[in-house]
Amino acid sequence: MNKPLRRIAIFCGLLVLTLLIRDNWIQYVQADELKDDEHNRRVAIERYATPRGDIIVDGKAITGHATTEGDFKYKRTYKDGAMWAPVTGYVSQAFGATQLESIDDGILTGNDDRLFFRNTLDMITGKKREGGNVVTTLNSAAQKAAYDGLKKQGAKGAVVAIEPSTGKILSMASYPSYDPTSIAGSNEAAGEAWNKLQKKNNPDDPMLNRALREVYPPGSTFKVVTAAAALEHGKYDSADEKTDSPLPWTMPGTTTELDNEGDIPCKDATLREALRVSCNTVFGKLGYDLGNDKMLETAKKFGFTEEQFVPVRSSASVFSDGMNDSQVALSSIGQYNTAATPLQMAMVTSAIANNGTLMKPYMVDALQAPNLDTIEKTDPEEMSKPLSADNAQILQSMMETVVEDGTGTNAKIDGVKVGGKTGTAQHGENNSKNPYAWFISYAKAEDGSSPVAVAVVIEDENAVRDDISGGGLAAPIAKNVMEAVIDSKK
Amino acid sequence: MSSTTNPSTHHTSTIGAIGAPSRRNTELALLVFAVLIPVFAYANVGLAINDEVPAGLLSYGFGLGLLAGVGHLVVRKFAPYADPLLLPLATLLNGLGLVAIWRLDQSERLQSSKLFVEAAPRQLMYSALGVALFVAVLVFLRDHRVLQRYTYISMAGALVLLLLPLVPGLGHNTFGAKIWIKIPGLGTLQPGEFAKIILAVFFAGYLMVKRDALALASRRFMGLYLPRGRDLGPIIVVWIISILILVFETDLGTSLLFFGMFVIMLYVATERTSWIVFGLLMSAAGAVGVASFESHVQQRVQAWLDPMHEFELSRQGVVGHTEQSMQALWAFGSGGTLGSGWGQGNSDLIGFAANSDFILATFGEELGLAGLMALLLLYALIVERGVRTALAARDPFGKLLAIGLSGAFALQVFVVAGGVMGLIPLTGMTMPFLAYGGSSVIANWALIGILLRISDTARRPAPAAPANPDAEMTQVVRP
Repeated sequence: MNKPLRRIAIFCGLLVLTLLIRDNWIQYVQADELKDDEHNRRVAIERYATPRGDIIVDGKAITGHATTEGDFKYKRTYKDGAMWAPVTGYVSQAFGATQLESIDDGILTGNDDRLFFRNTLDMITGKKREGGNVVTTLNSAAQKAAYDGLKKQGAKGAVVAIEPSTGKILSMASYPSYDPTSIAGSNEAAGEAWNKLQKKNNPDDPMLNRALREVYPPGSTFKVVTAAAALEHGKYDSADEKTDSPLPWTMPGTTTELDNEGDIPCKDATLREALRVSCNTVFGKLGYDLGNDKMLETAKKFGFTEEQFVPVRSSASVFSDGMNDSQVALSSIGQYNTAATPLQMAMVTSAIANNGTLMKPYMVDALQAPNLDTIEKTDPEEMSKPLSADNAQILQSMMETVVEDGTGTNAKIDGVKVGGKTGTAQHGENNSKNPYAWFISYAKAEDGSSPVAVAVVIEDENAVRDDISGGGLAAPIAKNVMEAVIDSKK
Repeated sequence: MSSTTNPSTHHTSTIGAIGAPSRRNTELALLVFAVLIPVFAYANVGLAINDEVPAGLLSYGFGLGLLAGVGHLVVRKFAPYADPLLLPLATLLNGLGLVAIWRLDQSERLQSSKLFVEAAPRQLMYSALGVALFVAVLVFLRDHRVLQRYTYISMAGALVLLLLPLVPGLGHNTFGAKIWIKIPGLGTLQPGEFAKIILAVFFAGYLMVKRDALALASRRFMGLYLPRGRDLGPIIVVWIISILILVFETDLGTSLLFFGMFVIMLYVATERTSWIVFGLLMSAAGAVGVASFESHVQQRVQAWLDPMHEFELSRQGVVGHTEQSMQALWAFGSGGTLGSGWGQGNSDLIGFAANSDFILATFGEELGLAGLMALLLLYALIVERGVRTALAARDPFGKLLAIGLSGAFALQVFVVAGGVMGLIPLTGMTMPFLAYGGSSVIANWALIGILLRISDTARRPAPAAPANPDAEMTQVVRP
């Protein structure tokens, strides 16, 4: 009987061996995969086990943390959450993270590979893991001016301000907004707050970051791009040269006359005059004369058709290709398919203000380790050169005229040279929907450099449908933002 | 060592093996470790969770020590030549199981469940009952061959036990498997665990009688010895019984366990490989056949093939699905090589049955690959000692009983651990000694008791031969 017994012993040994192999498989070979599986709650427990690092504006944290019940120890809190939400995004125990909170999650939680050495050291010395900080380029005074301005209007809208010489984003506001603190936890209240913020329950869609993720028809503000294209492609050499602009002007290939807003002096107007009073006919014909390709080329140099990463992703702004003549004409005055994010129009303005050089926009200045050592610093980077310095200065003088005595007088600041452009974009079937009021502008210091370029857009519910509304509603906000930046530099 | 090694000591040690030392002191020394290790683990859990040595440490250590001590003294008195490893191994596993159960009692997640009860004190009580049964086996079963007399009573008893869960009013269906019975006022009982031992007694008794007929009266066909039709009877009966268990009690594990145990014992009794082939074919046919129309079994198989899908279905609130399998895998994976340490894992995410069917996941996460492999090797050692007992046993009944019990033990460990680790579909059995559950711990202590009894008989020096009058040289006439 002993021979089969020995065989059974071998069989039992094989059973145990199989178990040991399986154990090695799940606890060694597959261990990391299982451990880091996003559905594995331990991942979230670990993430919220220590206070998150902070997001810093002007040397002060705009975030904080609070302890919570349950297995997640800490949750995120935000100071002036609604105002900063387009910058920070949110991080929630229940709903994940977005924008900066998501992109720099590794630094903020302390799990980033660049913190590996520190973490290992901490593990040996028994210190708890800490998160690093994200230092932004934003300017709190400018942000407050932008957000308060939008809030006062009470209409949907967004503001983006950029420092033209570096591409630093100084302000990025969207209205209506939301307080990310309200959804940071994982309790019932957070769930309710979350549901209330969803677009299907809240038509205002407060969680939409309009500054980056919404494209609006730019209307007349796009005329500066058309003007830049005309100058760059040698169509005209100066702001004060008479243009070849009949009035009325029938769009080629159609029987439709392109209208101007009111009875304004647009016949053969100079570029300066055409921009001052915002002639549709002049810029429409200019775009048609240049053609789709040249217009698209300049638009692309300004950043159109591409998503921008600041490092948060923005939607791509639109300037179409393969359009017919009348569509090119309409597109060149910011109608038809043309659409831009507020960030895009701020980039256009900043390129002009920076003498033709477009700096890559960014909002994270540096990443800091928990001990405030800089891990990564963002250096200003040239993105493109949409127009030459000479042409940029011609365009600047035209835009300054707009503010001096054109449609943008509301943006005048005492003692500071300001250039700008208003815009009102009509949209919807037969222009039935509320128009968008735009204003883009920059301020110029005495040495000719520009500290700030800003784009403001407001979904204008009550205003009259003309260019004035851009100047009336959006320009004062732009003015306040510019003033805030200038004051903070003093 | 080398200084004492010389040809003469080699020689004497070979002779000495006949009069085997009792090894009781070895057992005592091992028992000290088997009690101390869980006591340290217990302190470790308290320090990890509450930053203090748990208040119950002394009473826990004293309780476990008392159980081990009583067990040891009874073995010393009633089975002095028994295997010295089995008692310490069982004590260690039982002690570690208690620590893990107590650790899961401290989990806030589990405490917030409506079903939560403090399991550790109960398990300690069950362990005491288990050791009491162990003692009873050693005291009252002075010779395991006595059990041979009860062969057919055992069969009847096992069948009754197996059928009890199907009796209306007595059966207790917990989450799909009808393997419990409810005794009013006392709680629930899993008769399958006891049936395992009683069936082993029946198989051993039956096969000892029939082994010659089964082994020799056969026809050779295609290289295999085919048994006669009438000898096929018992294997078919057992096969049908295990299929019935599978169908009516929806318990894949118990069914596999009984059938596997029977095939192992049949093979050992007859030394015929053809029985194994038959056994495998029949169990495969049975499993596939039942799985094709039994939805509960199908669902277990689905959950095994794609635990993530099962997890998602459960999260979506689809009735009858559970995230436990996936949670267990995550627990194992998160434990990694060295584990999180006692009290620092999150195996309580498994929720229901974390301290019973899934207790291995807690060991996997908190002690890691290293700890779990050590634990599995402890089980392997128990099986090895059992097989060794079978080899050493002098009577066929003892051999068959010992191999049946240790084979069933090995199969149970494989089926449970394999199920929890996702190697095979999950079944409703528990890890012997580790898992929370009275029936399991009590029955397995009895199993260890029987193995100790057999090994004691096997290793006991043969009684001195009666004095041969012819050998006497002279008669001494007393004055």
